[in-house]
Formats: sequence, structure tokens, C-alpha cells
Amino acid sequence: MKSSSKITEGTRTNRTGMAMSPHAEQMRQVSQMTHPSSGNGGLHQTHAAYLKDTHSIGTIPPPGSAKGAMKAAWEAIKGNKAIALVDKTAERLAFERTGVRLYDALLEKMDAAKGFSGGPTVEAVKTIRDEELQHARMLAETLDELGADPTAMTPSADLVSVEGMGLGAVLGDPRTTVGQCLHAMVVAELADNEGWTTLRSLAEDMGQQELADRFTRAEQEEVRHLEQVRSWLKAHAKTEAEVAG
Amino acid sequence: MSLDIFKEKGISLDQQQFTWRDLVQEPISKLDNDAFTRVRIILMNGIEQESNRFLHAFARMNGELRKEAARVRRVDHHQQTQVNWLLPADQSPLETTIGYEQVAIEVTASVAQSEPDPYLAQVYRFGLLEDFDHMYRYSALMDRVEGKDANNILQSYTDILPGRPTSVEHRAPEDDLRRPFDRTTADPLSKLNALTIMSGENQTRDYYMNIGPTFSDPVARQVYAEIASIEEQHVTHYESILDPSQTWLESWLLHEANEVYNYYSCLEFEDDSRIRDIWERFCHYELGQLHFVMDLFQRTENRDPREILPQTLPEPIQYKSQRDFVRGVLEKEVEYRANGADIGDVKESQATLDYRKHMNSEGSPTDIIAEGYVWSPGTELMRKAG
Repeated sequence: MKSSSKITEGTRTNRTGMAMSPHAEQMRQVSQMTHPSSGNGGLHQTHAAYLKDTHSIGTIPPPGSAKGAMKAAWEAIKGNKAIALVDKTAERLAFERTGVRLYDALLEKMDAAKGFSGGPTVEAVKTIRDEELQHARMLAETLDELGADPTAMTPSADLVSVEGMGLGAVLGDPRTTVGQCLHAMVVAELADNEGWTTLRSLAEDMGQQELADRFTRAEQEEVRHLEQVRSWLKAHAKTEAEVAG
Repeated sequence: MSLDIFKEKGISLDQQQFTWRDLVQEPISKLDNDAFTRVRIILMNGIEQESNRFLHAFARMNGELRKEAARVRRVDHHQQTQVNWLLPADQSPLETTIGYEQVAIEVTASVAQSEPDPYLAQVYRFGLLEDFDHMYRYSALMDRVEGKDANNILQSYTDILPGRPTSVEHRAPEDDLRRPFDRTTADPLSKLNALTIMSGENQTRDYYMNIGPTFSDPVARQVYAEIASIEEQHVTHYESILDPSQTWLESWLLHEANEVYNYYSCLEFEDDSRIRDIWERFCHYELGQLHFVMDLFQRTENRDPREILPQTLPEPIQYKSQRDFVRGVLEKEVEYRANGADIGDVKESQATLDYRKHMNSEGSPTDIIAEGYVWSPGTELMRKAG
């Protein structure tokens, strides 16, 4: 197993801390040498001015007419409520699509690494990956049935992709280990679980039982994903501790 | 060891090849590599970028040599790619910014000390104290917006202290123009130094202009806007020391010699053997390009390149902490100002005072971000009360 916790690698060693630097003493003098300007709360005031005078990130595309089984129940909901549900459904769709790609990257990483006791199997990760894809397709179909555009990027869909930028950076970097990637996947699954709970609750609150049932099935699978990834991460931490010990 | 650039022919231009895999090698470790390896990578990206910029301008003005310029430029482009792609993905744009300012401080300090012309040395020291202040402002930004310590990048080689305050660096365009060296009398090292620092500043300006809008925090966006404006001034400041009567081919020859000199300097100091191999390979590539241009120079201008170039390269750029020198300059020259081409204890022009007053009339972002800021190990949040 490629270890995540090493003190040295060949001649390499971590140089970021002051304890590693022969120049640390001179660096410490800096605090005494600084004569800063006085503070007037300018940072807060500037933030406040921008916060007061700004537009939103963007808008939600207006849904058209619902189709099929959804039609009657959906048309009973008006205005902002319907729009909020479209935004959150599109958010999950964006997240699930990215989730598929994150698990693809994890599978590649596992392919190049040795496994560890209690760690993920290729089959288990593939199952999760395929379920993420099924969720994404179900959400796209749902949006279509609701008369919304599954190809549009709503504000919440945009923001989950901003939130997730670090996750992709961790998984995509060839230098990261399976263990380090599992930590990123736990973060992803925690956020995903929260997202599904919000979406299912929203549908229930709007009396959209048909929708809520669909979302509940996905939510239950996501709970299992989180449990699995957490257990792999825990097993990894244990293995690392044994190697280090 | 000094390198005889007339004797050493390097690798001929037609043997200079790459593959995509070759261009994209494993990056350095942000955590483990020495900060000066990052400094060298950033500077060499700037040196190659300048070559690309210069050769595009050259091609636009010299129709008969477009093919030759295109051949060299293509190799330089790929050298730049290989070098810049050595920066790792876990290094954020703000962390890379700290690296850029470390380049501006440490490399300019080395050049200021090696510079034989006293006026040009003053030009470097003047710019140095301004970039030194940028380091302080960006470190405050990193600490106060992201909760991170700039010294993780600097590795204690470079101080984080106020310099000439960025808010007073704003000058009217005419007060950023310096006196150029004389191509017929200037020491070859003066010509190389000018190209090196101008290249570094130009890439810094371009980098801030590209990444400034990627920040969400409005104060961060403002800080990048303000410092990018100073970097634009610095490009004006440093390019104005070049003698504009140098011919296009003379200037090309010096660009190639400067690339050899810079890779050679990197090679002399590099402690990472894998990166050292890259510096060595590219030093040989640049020697090949230099001889290609020497031949063009001889054939086109009927002049001997020895009129322009030194027989051997000067002492390499010193890639080591220049703290003591920088502290000395800070103490003596932080109050220096510029009026026209004059630098020192001078009164600033009305044009500069009016320009600055207007630009700062709604506040200076770099003042705002660093109000009361004192760098402390592990960020100001870790500083114990009292």
C-alpha cells in the first residue's frame, strides 16, 4: 500500500515549518520589526459595502409544463416553491454526475495501488459509482417530467460544483493515495447525504409524494454509500497507524 | 566554473524535440521541495514567456526572418510548458502569488548586487522595495481571508514586512520611465540583468491579470487589481532601461544569451536532481538556439556576435536568502521616490501626486487588507495575547 504518512521519501523531507529552517530565528524577528498601520475596520467595511450592493449568482430557468404522472400534483404548486424544487433537483443532478467521475478516478487509483485490510473492493466501488449514475439519470428524467430543463445549470448546481472543486483536485492528482482520496469521498458523501435529505424533505413539504418516494430510494442508497466509505477510511487509518507503529 | 558560450555549441535546433508526455512531468512537491526550486521554476517560466513575447513582436516587424523566429519560438513555447507545468496542483493561485513575490525579492536583490552600473542598481533597489511590500500585503490577504501562513511557501528565507507602501507606489506614467543603458558602452551583464528582471515582472503582471478575477472575495479582487497596476508600472520601469537603439537581431541575440545565463544559474544552485536535469537539458537547448541566432546575426547584419556578447557568462544569479541586503536597503531607501528618471530623496511630480490621490480616493485595498497586520508564525490567529 502506498502510504499517506511518511516522514521522508528518499532525500525529501517536509520544509514548510519553521523548525526545519536554519533561517527561522531571523524570520521570528519580523514580528518585532513590524510597525503596522492602525486599524479602522476597513476590511469589514469593504465587505459590507459589496454585500449591500450586489446581484445574485444567477437565476433559475422558469419551468414549462409538467408531463405524465407528475402533471396534476406538480401544477398545484405555484411560483417560488416549484422553482426552489427545480433548483435543488438540478443541484443533486450536478453533484451526482460529478460523483460518478470522482468514483471513476478512485477506481483508477485503486487499480494502481495495493489494497488493505477492510478497504474498498473494486466491485463495491463500482456499485456505488453505478448507483450515482442511476441517481443522475433519474434526476434528469424527473426534471424533464416537471417541465424543467435538465441541461441547464441552476445557481445551486453551480455552487455545488464550486464546493466540489477541491474534491476533484484531490482525486485527480496522481500523487494522492487511496487513503487520502477516501477522505475526500467521505466529504463528498456527507454533502450528498445532506443534499438528498433536503431534496426529499422539500418534496414532502410540497405534498409531492411521488417525487419524495423516488428521492427516498436514492437517499437510502446514499446512506449506505456514506457508511461504506467511512468504514474504508477508518480501516485505512488503522492500517496506516500499524505501518507507522 | 564559467561557461564559454562561443565554444559550447549545445544541442542544435533541429534536435530539440518534445512529446506531450515529456512536457507534462511530475510536478515538484509544495511541501518538500526547497522554496528556491519553486523560485527558479517561476522565473524560468517568465524568461521563456518573454522570449515568446519578444519573438512574436520580432515576427510582426521582420518579415524576412519569420520562419527562423517561428522555429525558435516553438521550442521556447514547449520549454515554457515543461517548466511551468512543474508547479503542483495543490499550490493555490495565492500560494503561487507568494512564490512570484519571493522571486521578485530574492532575484532582484541578487541582481541589484551584481549590477555594475550604479544607476541601474538603484533602479533595481527601488523596484525591490515595492515588491517587498506586495509580499506583506498578500501575506495579510492569505492570513485574513484564507487563514493560511505565507511562510509555508517562503520557508523563512524571505521577510514579511512593510516596504514602500503599495498605496504610495502609484505614479504618473512618465514617472516610471528610467534612463536606458547605452548599448555601446554597457557591460553585457547589465543587459542580461535588465532582461531577467523585466521578464519576471512582465509575467507577474500577466499572472495577476489572469488570476485576479478567480477570487470570490471582493477585497482579494481589489488587492490583485491594485498590485497588478504596480506590476504594469514595473514593466514600464524595467523595460525603459533597455537601450531602444539596439537592433532587433541584437536584442534577439541578447534574449538567447540571457536564457543560457538563466538556465546555467539554475543549474548551479539546484538541489533536486530531477529538476537539475531539466535545467541542464534546456541550458544545452538554449546554447543551440544562441548559435542559431549568432549565425543569423552574422549573415544579416554582417557583425560579429562578440561585439555584443561576453566570451564567458558572468557569475550566476545567487539563489539564496538575500535577507541582510534587503533589510539594509529597506532601512536606507524606503522613503525614496521617483520623479522622471530620477530616484532618491526627490520631490514627486504634481502629475504623480494627482494621479495617486485620485486612484486612492475611495481607499487603497492594500492598505485595507494590512491594517494593523503583523506577520506571526502560524498566522496572526496563533499570536498569543500580550
